Amino acid sequence: MKNPCQQAKAPILAVEGLAVDYRLRGSSLPTIRDVSFEIQAGEAVALVGESGSGKTTTAMAIAGLLPPNAAVSGGEVRYRGDRLPIDDDAAMRPHRWSEISVVFQGAMNALNPVHRIIKQIAEPCQLQLGMSRDEAIARARELLELVGISAERGRAYPHELSGGMRQRVMIAMALACSPSIVIGDEPTTALDVITQAQILKLLTALRSQLNLALILITHDLSVVAECCDRVMIMYAGRLVEDGSVADIFANPKHPYTKLLIESIPNPEHGKRMVRPIPGDPPTLQHRPSGCAFRSRCPSAMPVCATEVPNLKRWEQGRVACYLHPPMKHEEKALANA
Amino acid sequence: MAGSLQGGRTSRRIGHVTFRAILTLFMVAILNFLLFRVIPGDPADMLLAGARNSVSAEQIESQRKSWGLDRPLIPDQLLNYLSTTFQGDLGYSFKFSGRRVADLILERLPATIALVGVAQVIAILCGVMLGIYAGWRRGGAIDHVVSGTSLALYSTPPFWLGMVLVLVFSTALGWLPGYGSYSPSAATADLPDWLGDRARHLVLPVLAIALGLIGQYVVVARAAMSDVVTEDYMVTARAKGLTSGQMLMRHAFRNALLPVVTLVTLNLGYIVSGAITVESVFAWPGIGSLTVEAVNGRDYPVLQGVFLLLGLSIVVANLVTDLAYGILDPRVR
Ligand SMILES: Nc1ncnc2c1ncn2[C@@H]1O[C@H](COP(=O)(O)OP(=O)(O)O)[C@@H](O)[C@H]1O
Ligand SMILES: [Mg+2]
Repeated sequence: MKNPCQQAKAPILAVEGLAVDYRLRGSSLPTIRDVSFEIQAGEAVALVGESGSGKTTTAMAIAGLLPPNAAVSGGEVRYRGDRLPIDDDAAMRPHRWSEISVVFQGAMNALNPVHRIIKQIAEPCQLQLGMSRDEAIARARELLELVGISAERGRAYPHELSGGMRQRVMIAMALACSPSIVIGDEPTTALDVITQAQILKLLTALRSQLNLALILITHDLSVVAECCDRVMIMYAGRLVEDGSVADIFANPKHPYTKLLIESIPNPEHGKRMVRPIPGDPPTLQHRPSGCAFRSRCPSAMPVCATEVPNLKRWEQGRVACYLHPPMKHEEKALANA
Repeated sequence: MAGSLQGGRTSRRIGHVTFRAILTLFMVAILNFLLFRVIPGDPADMLLAGARNSVSAEQIESQRKSWGLDRPLIPDQLLNYLSTTFQGDLGYSFKFSGRRVADLILERLPATIALVGVAQVIAILCGVMLGIYAGWRRGGAIDHVVSGTSLALYSTPPFWLGMVLVLVFSTALGWLPGYGSYSPSAATADLPDWLGDRARHLVLPVLAIALGLIGQYVVVARAAMSDVVTEDYMVTARAKGLTSGQMLMRHAFRNALLPVVTLVTLNLGYIVSGAITVESVFAWPGIGSLTVEAVNGRDYPVLQGVFLLLGLSIVVANLVTDLAYGILDPRVR
């Protein structure tokens, strides 16, 4: 698991050239472009980026859950080698929850307020797995215990539980149909620090216990280190870097990744103010030519404005930046001309 | 343990809302009493005005005395009013001398309940269903037609709708009767004919009331459903592999019903109070017409009775709303 790129096994999930557009007031806004990655069974991958960078859109596209005003305009997603019909709601249905499930960000809103939690956990077992009502309830009780909630609490309604408990319920629900992949879309963002740590620990434990592949979406690079094998950095709808956790933290290559890591609050430095990355990310309406990060990039070169840099294999991982690999002397002169 | 706690909380809540309802009713009664005493104009003067020349001041005074108007407002008249009212005695009409207010109201009640009740049932069935469907398929062709029509109906005054209906279907086409609740000729007919006659008289006034209500219910139900479909738990339901029908029935419907139930049960309160304008247009012998007659004649006891009935029905409707909401939404239990 140390270096998944070199594993011979076929990936459980392969995303290739994924592109998503949002339609807004008649115009089509390119939101996700050229996102490609693979995930092995049991692997934990973080998808990190600022708010608005397209993490949720990417996740929803992979799970076939895009809203009506979004369209997959390119690429494909393969599950165990077979193409997923991510833009066809009816064809996607048999794949849902039993192959890929999602733990959504706000568990308060992601649970239906008028149904008991046990019923909401049991529901996909009945509908997707064809269990009887009693079997499904029994399964739901097991799942509650698995995430550290006593089965008796199953009679509670969502509003009767704390935020952390609700997120546990979401996790129990996500495991209902024994999926191979769980996407956690900022599963801990709304929680306090202690609860956040507990939930991440639970996810990590369940992942190894059930051999789950985990895509953990977060804007907070600091939560990634303990619970993920690999990190993918997203900026303005594109992946800009992909590498093992160790590599990314020890030797970040993309200037954006470097700045992200520098902006992590470091307890050893005391209460020193965290320096946020100066400038704002480009909006959907105004995507600049070339590299989207160049206006905020301390190392921007003239070539960065010409064409979008591709995400290329480099050393142990992948990076999309003209600094990597470093250009030869005469190329550089040309690029800067 | 958790169950009994829940049960205890629920019964406490029911006790609480019931107590509040009774308190409100008491306040309604007091307000009702005071309201009618501050309106200018003395009923005895009013009633005997036509006969002013032949009626002496002493006679007016004796009439005032017999109605209890000479005694102090508070506490005598108030206490007298409250004690008799809560015994079910609403007093005697000023205008229809000797007639008990309770009898007058009971006489008019069936016509009003038939009219507004039928209109409500139709409006609830059509309006809520159409609104929920339009909200579920919002932006579609059916939604555009349904919500456009509903907004128009909602903003049209029912009496105007009533007059148009009369002009078209009664005056011009002659298909349906345009006033009253029965034809004198059919009053003694056998049951099927009698029923048919009553039903034909109901059609236009029921439509006049129901169309506006349908518009209102569609607007509210559609808005509620439009909110529900954008909720995160609907994405969860979709992610779990539910079909569109299962999402609607299992997750959207009950949540969308919450705001609708409030409106509908509150509106049920108006079933007994009648629809003043529509009853006037159709000369419908219901509570609404009785109210108009009582206003014109300064018939305080009748007006008081009608207002008390209105207050009672609104309070009861509120109580039902609270209890129904508790059944549908666990958050308020
Ligand atoms: N339903 C939508 N309609 C239009 N634009 C959207 C919608 N959802 C997200 N976006 C836009 O797409 C971009 C990416 O959003 P999102 O995937 O939610 O980012 P993240 O999850 O990284 O915060 C943002 O600019 C956002 O404004
Ligand atoms: Mg997001």
